[in-house]
Amino acid sequence: MNNLLVIENIHTYIEQFHILEGVSLEVPQGSIVVLLGRNGAGKTTTLKSILGLRPPRQGKVIFEDREIQGMQPHLIAQLGIGYVPEHRAIFRDLTVEENLKIAERQKHDLDKRSDFIFNVFPDLKRLIKLPAGNLSGGQQQMLAIARALVPENSLLLIDEPSEGLAPVLIEEVMDAVRQLSARTTILLVEQNFSMASQLAERYFIIESGRSVKNGLMPDLIDDQETINAYLGAA
Amino acid sequence: MTSSTTNIEDAPLKKAWPQWWPYLAVLAFLILFPFLAGLTIGDPSAVEPGAGWLTAVAQRTESGYAKFWQGMLIQIFIWGIFALSYDLLLGFTGILSFGHAMFFGTGAYAVAILIDKHVSWPLGWALAAVILISLMQSIIFGVLSLRVKGVYLAMVTLAFAEMFFILSEAGDFRKYTGADDGLHGFPVPDYLSAADHRTRFYYLALIFFVIVFLAARRLVNSPPGRVMIATRDNEHRATTIGFDTFRYKLIAFVAAGVFAGLAGALSALYNVSITPALLSTDRTIDVLAMTIIGGVGTLVGPITGAVIVQLLGYWLERWFGSSWTLIYGIIFMLIVVFLPYGIIGTLRARSLRLKEGWGRWLKLLGIKSEGDAAFASHTEMDNGDQPPGQS
Repeated sequence: MNNLLVIENIHTYIEQFHILEGVSLEVPQGSIVVLLGRNGAGKTTTLKSILGLRPPRQGKVIFEDREIQGMQPHLIAQLGIGYVPEHRAIFRDLTVEENLKIAERQKHDLDKRSDFIFNVFPDLKRLIKLPAGNLSGGQQQMLAIARALVPENSLLLIDEPSEGLAPVLIEEVMDAVRQLSARTTILLVEQNFSMASQLAERYFIIESGRSVKNGLMPDLIDDQETINAYLGAA
Repeated sequence: MTSSTTNIEDAPLKKAWPQWWPYLAVLAFLILFPFLAGLTIGDPSAVEPGAGWLTAVAQRTESGYAKFWQGMLIQIFIWGIFALSYDLLLGFTGILSFGHAMFFGTGAYAVAILIDKHVSWPLGWALAAVILISLMQSIIFGVLSLRVKGVYLAMVTLAFAEMFFILSEAGDFRKYTGADDGLHGFPVPDYLSAADHRTRFYYLALIFFVIVFLAARRLVNSPPGRVMIATRDNEHRATTIGFDTFRYKLIAFVAAGVFAGLAGALSALYNVSITPALLSTDRTIDVLAMTIIGGVGTLVGPITGAVIVQLLGYWLERWFGSSWTLIYGIIFMLIVVFLPYGIIGTLRARSLRLKEGWGRWLKLLGIKSEGDAAFASHTEMDNGDQPPGQS
């Protein structure tokens, strides 16, 4: 299969702490891949290593057949990698519209994709002139995802979209992610196993900064032993 | 500059007219001020006998309290420009610089040295040179100091500013800078002398003030301005969207530096005197206080702050003599406690939370204990993250 993103054995440090001690994964073109693991396993750090926010000291990050480790974060983003950070990362002091506009990489990006975006997130259209800080938690999460859709991105990195959301909203976010997958490749970090298992085709598990297991999602759902060993009670 | 020009600002512009009227009203008042002051508080005895009606008004505006209050407003314009420039850094880009006086002082020194006897450039050239010098200065020191963030940036900018302060006091350049005495009575052209033609200088300062205000407003409402605000909110996020945040911080730093340099040049021309004090950290603290009192990140706020600090300084000194700074300090504390977003910032938030203010005040005095509910509710407002599941 044609891999859009390949990570080969990366080692990443935060200050002097060795956080990632050999993480590898592949994200095939057009798929949804989920990165699983316990709290503190290094999932978010893996995403930040891809984006160059925490550049790996060893190993390779290959995006569209090109090594991108060590590149500046804003240049990596410009290659077409969208990032939806955890904790509903929006710009609180900008309006919803400005939050979206600011993500434009080319003129009229938003105009071109607004139909699609407002189709997936109808709420946002209604709230377009409001400061994003006034939105509810769920709406902020929608906005954070929508922002990553504005420019032409071939890969989306989504970090814990269900975190801190009410169950109804989790459903809504899942719906949105599913609709997106028709357009782009997605690498998802998710603690909520039921959400992850319904969305993703492939999984990678990391434990204490190391890749320990990967495979197809349907196999994992039946593999209670692995779930218990690496993900705790799911 | 980014190529992603957007039409964010196009839409509001059409209906923006009504919200311009307070600005226009203030501007109209400022334009008419010298005449109004001349007619009301000008000194009638300054009018030469037999002068025509117009000449009489002109002579009255150049006399007594009318002249004095124009001078006060000129100072306010100068400090307003300076505070406005600081707000571009602190308020809109989140850069806490402790070295902003460097630009103000350099602007003042540059214009004074260039028109003084050793160089004797015409004023227009000197002003152009001020812009060029502050442009280069802010690019160089921006590139050097914006590599670091937060407290480290504050320290680095402080160090750079001290460097210029020490340079201004150095005996080696006494011929040009006057060392620790400064320069006094350098030849400001007669047509612009604030002593003889105060009204003329008043309008010059007003024009500069309006131009800088409009330019700053345009900048923060432009696409690069939005990126600055995004950088202030969260720099990582702005980076992962694909913005080289360093570049936008530099734009803010340079704009702020040039505006501050101009304010410094105006100050030198108005006072016909420069001293190393212009470059001292005290000036940065003054402008920081103005920005905080008026409201960080509001543009109008720092100007309001400049007005308040100038007027307070004047009246408090009149009423309390040399101990006025003590009263000023208490007023400053009260403002910070009761108006945490500054005067304009709190007005815009439309909620004067007196109860919270009292909570903070009592806590400051040690009457109330830590973890008080009134105090906590404000910190919650700042921290952004809502309780889980709220929709």
